[in-house]
Amino acid sequence: MSDEPKPTAPPSAAESSGPSAAESSGPSATEHSERAERMAPPPVPQAPGHARPAPGPEASAERAAPAPVTRLPVTALYLNVFVVATCGLVYELLAGTLGSYLLGDSVTQFSLVIGLYLSAMGAGAWLSRRIEGNLAQRFLDVELAVAVVGGLAVPVLFLAFPSVDHFQLLLLSFVFAIGVLVGLEIPLLMRLLEGQLAFKDLVSRVLTFDYIGALVAALLFPLLLVPKLGLVRTSLLMGVANGLVAVWGSYLLASSLRRPWAIRARALAVTAGLLLGVWKADALTTRAEDNMYADPIVLSKSSHYQRIVITRGRSGFQLFLNGNLQFSSADEYRYHEALVHPAMLAATTPPRRVLVLGGGDGLALREILAYPSVREVTLVDLDPAMTSLARTFPLLSKLNRAAVSDPRVRIVNDDAMVWVAEHPPARGQAWDAIIVDFPDPNNYALGKLYTKLFYRRLAAQLAPGGAVAVQATSPLFARRSYWCIVETMRAAGWSTHPYQVAVPSFGVWGYVLARREDFAPPERVPSLPLRFLNDTALAGMFRFSADIGPLEVEVNQLDNQALVRYYEREWQRWE
Amino acid sequence: MTSRRDFLTLLLGAPMAAWACRASRPPTTPPGQLLSTGAELGHRWVRDGRAPAPQTFTRHQVVVVGGGVAGLTAAWALARRGVRDCVVLELDEQLGGTARGASSAVTPYPWGAHYIVAPTAAQHELTALLTELGAIEGYDDHGAPIVDEALRCREPEERIFYRGRWYEGLYLRAGASADDLRQLDVFQAEIDRWASWRDASGARAFTLPVSQCSQDPEVTGLDRQSFAAWLDERELRSPRLRWLCDYACRDDYGLLASSTSAWAGLFYFAARQTGAKVDPQPVVTWPDGNFPLVRHLAEAAVTRVRAVVSSVTQGPDGARVVAHTDAGPVGFLAERVIVAVPRFVAAKIVEPLRAAAAVASAPSDYGAWAVANLHLRDRPRQVMGAPRAWDNVLYQSKSLGYVTATHQQGRDVGPTVLTWYYPFTDDDAAGARRAISGAGQPEWAETALADLSRAHPGLRDLVTRVDVAFWGHGMIRPKVGSLWHPQRLAAATPVGRIHFAHTDLSGMALFEEAFDHGNRAAREVALALATR
Ligand SMILES: Cc1cc2nc3c(=O)[nH]c(=O)nc-3n(C[C@H](O)[C@H](O)[C@H](O)COP(=O)(O)OP(=O)(O)OC[C@H]3O[C@@H](n4cnc5c(N)ncnc54)[C@H](O)[C@@H]3O)c2cc1C
Repeated sequence: MSDEPKPTAPPSAAESSGPSAAESSGPSATEHSERAERMAPPPVPQAPGHARPAPGPEASAERAAPAPVTRLPVTALYLNVFVVATCGLVYELLAGTLGSYLLGDSVTQFSLVIGLYLSAMGAGAWLSRRIEGNLAQRFLDVELAVAVVGGLAVPVLFLAFPSVDHFQLLLLSFVFAIGVLVGLEIPLLMRLLEGQLAFKDLVSRVLTFDYIGALVAALLFPLLLVPKLGLVRTSLLMGVANGLVAVWGSYLLASSLRRPWAIRARALAVTAGLLLGVWKADALTTRAEDNMYADPIVLSKSSHYQRIVITRGRSGFQLFLNGNLQFSSADEYRYHEALVHPAMLAATTPPRRVLVLGGGDGLALREILAYPSVREVTLVDLDPAMTSLARTFPLLSKLNRAAVSDPRVRIVNDDAMVWVAEHPPARGQAWDAIIVDFPDPNNYALGKLYTKLFYRRLAAQLAPGGAVAVQATSPLFARRSYWCIVETMRAAGWSTHPYQVAVPSFGVWGYVLARREDFAPPERVPSLPLRFLNDTALAGMFRFSADIGPLEVEVNQLDNQALVRYYEREWQRWE
Repeated sequence: MTSRRDFLTLLLGAPMAAWACRASRPPTTPPGQLLSTGAELGHRWVRDGRAPAPQTFTRHQVVVVGGGVAGLTAAWALARRGVRDCVVLELDEQLGGTARGASSAVTPYPWGAHYIVAPTAAQHELTALLTELGAIEGYDDHGAPIVDEALRCREPEERIFYRGRWYEGLYLRAGASADDLRQLDVFQAEIDRWASWRDASGARAFTLPVSQCSQDPEVTGLDRQSFAAWLDERELRSPRLRWLCDYACRDDYGLLASSTSAWAGLFYFAARQTGAKVDPQPVVTWPDGNFPLVRHLAEAAVTRVRAVVSSVTQGPDGARVVAHTDAGPVGFLAERVIVAVPRFVAAKIVEPLRAAAAVASAPSDYGAWAVANLHLRDRPRQVMGAPRAWDNVLYQSKSLGYVTATHQQGRDVGPTVLTWYYPFTDDDAAGARRAISGAGQPEWAETALADLSRAHPGLRDLVTRVDVAFWGHGMIRPKVGSLWHPQRLAAATPVGRIHFAHTDLSGMALFEEAFDHGNRAAREVALALATR
């Protein structure tokens, strides 16, 4: 659970993301190469210490007995079974997790993936009998194919997700392909070992290692792999493991191979490629980024304007923009009910036309659309990537109750400052309520959206008797910033009622309710399906304790950007 | 023309040229145009030839020659006084002179002047102009106008690029030694002293416009030494401070501190400050620089473009103005003429001046400027340091860096236009003009790209076009001794029916100066018409 107060990045964080990413790739690159060393196959393959002494070290065995029926290093091959089985199950779990992360509804996704995977394995097993010729060669080929397809599955799916229409189809194709290949592995291996020992022993040993592998995978996956490595790197590392099995196999099965060095070279190339992928995974979801978030990342995307990250943990999922928490699904209802309803209730007539500035996640829309009076909502958010995620990303569209696709809603992707200046409302087309939900003013580009000029332009958008609510950062963590926003709105001629609410993921959070004329804040909450707001909570929001009360502050204007400076200073103390 | 490398060496210095030309294959230059600045028409009809005498002369109360800020201001101020029979003749296709602007599908952008300083309570006419534009949002407790927030330059106003990193502001604080900072304080104390200085009549030492500055010898005496010498006298030798002073002179005057009159150097800093320890007056800017002011001034006037005036004479029945137009020569007979062209042009077309020119001429010196507008598909990636600003200056360059047209509108992402400025600070202006004569769009575009690519690697890939203006006689330069020269003061005196307005009459090129002379000339003319 991320309990940290919301946007904690210093103002320059967004601007300087370039160098910090570059810096972070340094140390992690060395970590990766260390790991690579630890995992690299020993130059001379040895049977593990605890194995039965039976076939002895392969190398000498081979040289000593160039028998007509090649004696194979059986124990070592069992170990291959183990690795193969572990990787196979991990791929399956990865696909299931990815599906439920990205498409929501984990039960359906998991059973779909598992069902398909099992049947694909069956198909693979069935196909295996068609495979003739040099079995050792074929086995290693299949192994390498698993390494490539399985290893790249998650990164490819992650990359494709934002731009692919039939994502589920792609996901299931991967699942099927991996299933078929994994399904081929064990039968081939068993055929390889055929004649080396009695059939009943063969079946019993192979299946034992297979199931142990599955158990290990089932334990490693949730306890170690996902939390420590994340999905992308886990996928790539499993690919590396498969690749290493192939490398190792090229030694173990050397005597049965026509050109062992050729397959070894290929296996090494694939392994190296995947290792490079592990290292480069930092570019996809940087290691630094993984460490930044308490929960595993399910989506991370650099849009033209910002980095969008969604993480998912036990308590729900969270949205981060440029590293700043925007909401947590566990308690966002508190934030959004407090943001939207006071303004909807403070307007003199039930609002018909509502304007939302920012709020591309669609959660404020959800609250607005609960009012039967609402006929038309326009939402202006800079980032098309954000609003399209809010519409198509199942986790999000479920949470906002498909608000973004509601026929009453019109989405505009533009800078709100520019949009309000260029779209003065026509007669009778002014807004009855305006909800302003921008990210905190941690840089100048955002700071302009909290200036007197902006609030003056906002006034021109509002119908007589209309009301606005502005999210205004935390009066506790950034007290001066909060009151600067209030003061600035007053300087722009607004009559204001500051209010605040406790949102566990953020802390104490502040808003400003305002109208052009003097007014009293609303007292009654209508009968809507609300989780947080009732009359008591509403009344409590307008009261400020001593530690968050008003301070003497400057007015934020375009040519002083006082707010950004306050904000920078205040949040620094909490980092 | 010389090679690309030679050209870059000439403008940016050998190391920069070598850096820019390190690739074996020269890159393709983005397309673009070289803006006509009227030089060609001017040369043809004023310098080298003369329009033949027209058949008829049309009567007007007033004819204004030159449709720059000064001329348009004169027409605006006359209209405000009820004098409406006034025509403005402009040589070029466009009005505005060095304050013109243009517009792309993305944003308006400037071709020359890009800001003014917010007026003080004393600048009534400028306040009136801004009020007409809806650009005054109120008055402070001292009655000084408050310019609309939307026009006061948005923070961050400027940043400076030094060794691979951007820093906030114009003074390079990073790495400044204690002594550097002490010298900065000493310098600021001097500015504060001058900002609060008043002469016996209460006039300020430095204020906008120049005509309102004190003529006390303690102040005007500063004109006799260079700004650099003035700094030397005070042991102000900190390289960072000297860079700032040089920058100020390059930015406003197209000169180095070593050639700039100390009066002008101090004027740059002190005139913007109404007193000691007071924040400087805000910078006021539009996306297309000062062009909206020009457009508004022009609304009040009857204007004629592509009318090259080649002579202004006077007789008993009025002043005669002859201009060359596309339809041949045209003549005007006016009760009064306001000549609002640069002094060096006036000396060629105004008959009485032509006669006197042989006798005495005020030392005037015009600096050349190159301006490039770079149209960008997208913003350069923000790397290290201070965030994007309006004015983006390169510490180690002979250019002035660039201003971003979309900054003031709050458009912070996507396509934009960057306006790059390059002043020729050479003392020998004519020599500099000769050395680069014949340079076309490709040379200028390459220079601008080479210069800015140091701060923005990969800039070339974002640039879709580069348009260039070359202002051969862009600005009069306030060299040592030129400002409080008796000739300068005398040049504004009307000759019979002919009045004069142009920024040159202040000895320096600023909107406020052109505006002041336009207003003064209009006052003279209105008075003459009323008392005739
Ligand atoms: C690159 C550059 C940047 C600048 N930046 C700033 C700035 O940021 N802020 C600022 O305050 N000032 C700036 N200036 C100075 C400012 O542009 C001028 O001071 C001001 O606009 C001058 O106006 P003007 O009317 O006096 O002269 P001009 O602009 O020179 O106008 C004279 C007009 O007369 C016309 N003309 C000339 N000859 C004839 C003829 N024979 N017949 C008819 N018409 C004729 C010309 O075409 C021109 O339009 C800048 C100047 C340059 C060159």
